[in-house]
Amino acid sequence: MMSCKALAALLALAGMTTPLLGHAADDVASLRAELQALKDDYHKRVDALEQRISTLENAPVGGLAEATPAPEPAPAMASAGGGGGGTGTAFNPAISLILTGNYAHIDQDPATWRIGGFLPPEGEVGPGERSFNLGESELTLSSNVDPYFSAQMTAALSAQNEVEVEEAFFRTLALPEGFTAKGGRFFSGFGYLNEVHSHAWDFADQPLVYQAFFGNQFKQDGVQVKWLAPTDLFIELGAETGNGSGFPATRLSKNGLNGATLFAHVGGDYGDATSWRAGAAYLDQRAEDRSFETVDEFDLPLTNAFTGKSRTWVVDGVLKWTPVGDPNRRQLKLQGEYMQRRESGLLTFDTAGSNLTDDYSSTQSGWYVQGVYQFLPRWRAGLRYDSLDSGTPHIGLVESGELPLSAFPLLLPANPDRISIMLDWNPSEFSRLRAQFDWDDARDSGDRDQAFRLQYIYGIGAHGAHKF
Amino acid sequence: MFSFIRSGVALLILAAALPAHAALKVLATTADWGALATEIGGDQVNVYVATSALQDVHRVDAKPSLVARARTADLVFATGAELEIGWLPVLIQESGNSRIQPGSPGYFEATSVLTLLEKPEHFDRALGDIHPQGNPHVQLDPHNIARVAKALTERLSQLDGAHAQYFQQREKDFDTRWQAAIQRWEGEAAPLKGKPVVVMHRDQTYLCQWLGLNQVAAIEPKPGMPPTAGYLGQLVTKLTASPPRVIMVNAYNDPKAANWLSDRVHAPTVVLPFSVGGSKEAKDLFGLFDDTLNKLLAAK
Repeated sequence: MMSCKALAALLALAGMTTPLLGHAADDVASLRAELQALKDDYHKRVDALEQRISTLENAPVGGLAEATPAPEPAPAMASAGGGGGGTGTAFNPAISLILTGNYAHIDQDPATWRIGGFLPPEGEVGPGERSFNLGESELTLSSNVDPYFSAQMTAALSAQNEVEVEEAFFRTLALPEGFTAKGGRFFSGFGYLNEVHSHAWDFADQPLVYQAFFGNQFKQDGVQVKWLAPTDLFIELGAETGNGSGFPATRLSKNGLNGATLFAHVGGDYGDATSWRAGAAYLDQRAEDRSFETVDEFDLPLTNAFTGKSRTWVVDGVLKWTPVGDPNRRQLKLQGEYMQRRESGLLTFDTAGSNLTDDYSSTQSGWYVQGVYQFLPRWRAGLRYDSLDSGTPHIGLVESGELPLSAFPLLLPANPDRISIMLDWNPSEFSRLRAQFDWDDARDSGDRDQAFRLQYIYGIGAHGAHKF
Repeated sequence: MFSFIRSGVALLILAAALPAHAALKVLATTADWGALATEIGGDQVNVYVATSALQDVHRVDAKPSLVARARTADLVFATGAELEIGWLPVLIQESGNSRIQPGSPGYFEATSVLTLLEKPEHFDRALGDIHPQGNPHVQLDPHNIARVAKALTERLSQLDGAHAQYFQQREKDFDTRWQAAIQRWEGEAAPLKGKPVVVMHRDQTYLCQWLGLNQVAAIEPKPGMPPTAGYLGQLVTKLTASPPRVIMVNAYNDPKAANWLSDRVHAPTVVLPFSVGGSKEAKDLFGLFDDTLNKLLAAK
């Protein structure tokens, strides 16, 4: 039966192509004529260009000879309507590569670093390792796909020779009424620092609150819709959802989506010298068997897990003051963010052993504030203060008397904080060398750690553009 | 009472009629392009200028206020050739405005209709912050302004066909005044021809080329690189033997290095407006060139 249909289709095709071929044969002559006309046209243009080149070569350099206006560029160029081509060659995507690395001197053993009072996040948090360290090498490729979409991918190559797809997303170019949609894997648009790639951070690491609440930055595989109001005041509203693959959420053992993120940003100028942006966000997420490595009261390693709701509020603000107009001569950048998270659900103790489960809830918060001052061309200095409040979690297993509180040494109430100072030197737009010193009181042991880091950041390839 | 109601109704009708005649919203990246858009567009354009003459247009922040302006713009009027590459792509991307995406009629680059100078043969950032398509600081050759004016008129006519004639009429009028001014400027500037000058950055190249000034040195050793003490020392040695007529500084530059050099080689520093708004006198495009020439001629 199928073969009959296929045969019929073939016959039909043959029937269609025969007249087409005949038609084409008739047109060969006219096509040849058109081709010839095109060739002639190009010869004329090339001749005209050669003429111009020789005129220019013979013209006296830098004279008032320009009084007769130079011939207009070829119309083909004039109608290019912008785009410019950028650094991408023809249709190749723009490529940029960021190389980073550091030399670190850290007083206490980095392997024992844990934020006191907080469930350990996923992600590469903490002060990093000692001595020389290659940082992440970020390779970004981006381009417009067609008039409707653009696409971008950033691959992070780690010092441990692993490749991670940090971001890979498409974005719409032609939605009406100020809407933009994004899909794939991307850093969430809430807050200020969440969306900023590590090479553009003003310090060598993320604030403690980002480390504890999101394992540095929150991203997942999902979709985002943003709307920008048609007003002179910058007002942006955004919503996201996805598979929940980023801490504090997890993927769920069911179809559908994991929670939602809503955010809003407002911004503008105050006088000629000051620009600002402020925002608020709410993340409603779920975690299912979110396991984490920890120790018990005898300091023996074990794995616990959390299942339940995780809801986070974020408030962020940034202000830039540029007294002389040129941000490269003098600029002060002040920013701060506050986050509060409520988690409630079930906590399982020692998933591989006794496997005890009871209810758990916590309300935790944290904030940072930092200032970076460009005091000379090329030179910037910065100061940051971090603070976290673990609150006192409700642990069912402890309250029922099943386990002592000391079985959860990481959940003992704590108020971690840290002070960081940095100085960086920027020989050009593409290179940065930074020194940073931290007084770190975040460890669960309560001992102060001091860390000194020298960091380099180099960018090659396409000229980057950064958000405010 | 009736007249009150009548005037109220008239006002309402007027208000309803307004959007139909709404002026084109133009987001110009520099004060020069803003001034040109006003010359051609008259009261049929509503121009917002993204930067001031006191800023280095290559290095400004993608401020939220600018993203908001990009959202409602009908036309982005940019220089192109990567001058605004550090921030304009962010504005366009974040704007959610499909009318101004590159390739659309609502995106216009001045350099797309100009022949650029100093197009590098080798693309290597070891040479400094070079622009692969050529030197983008095109506005200080008035012939370039005239060419851009014509292309802009076409673009405005394309976006607002109902006022095409109005734009063309204004362009014709502008061009008549502009060509007369060019003739006057070239006459006045004749004594400057061939005179040696020191520039700050290569953003005065088009001015030097137009007036036939002889650019003998630049204070920036490479584009975008501030001078080192050693380099300035070499400049002193080189320039003491044959002092330049002037050391040209732009309004947005830090004049420290130029003043230091000026004291040692006994040549005057002249702070030029560089862009509309860069000095009290440079109120519009005519003022920009009048003031630039006056300051160059007056320097002793």
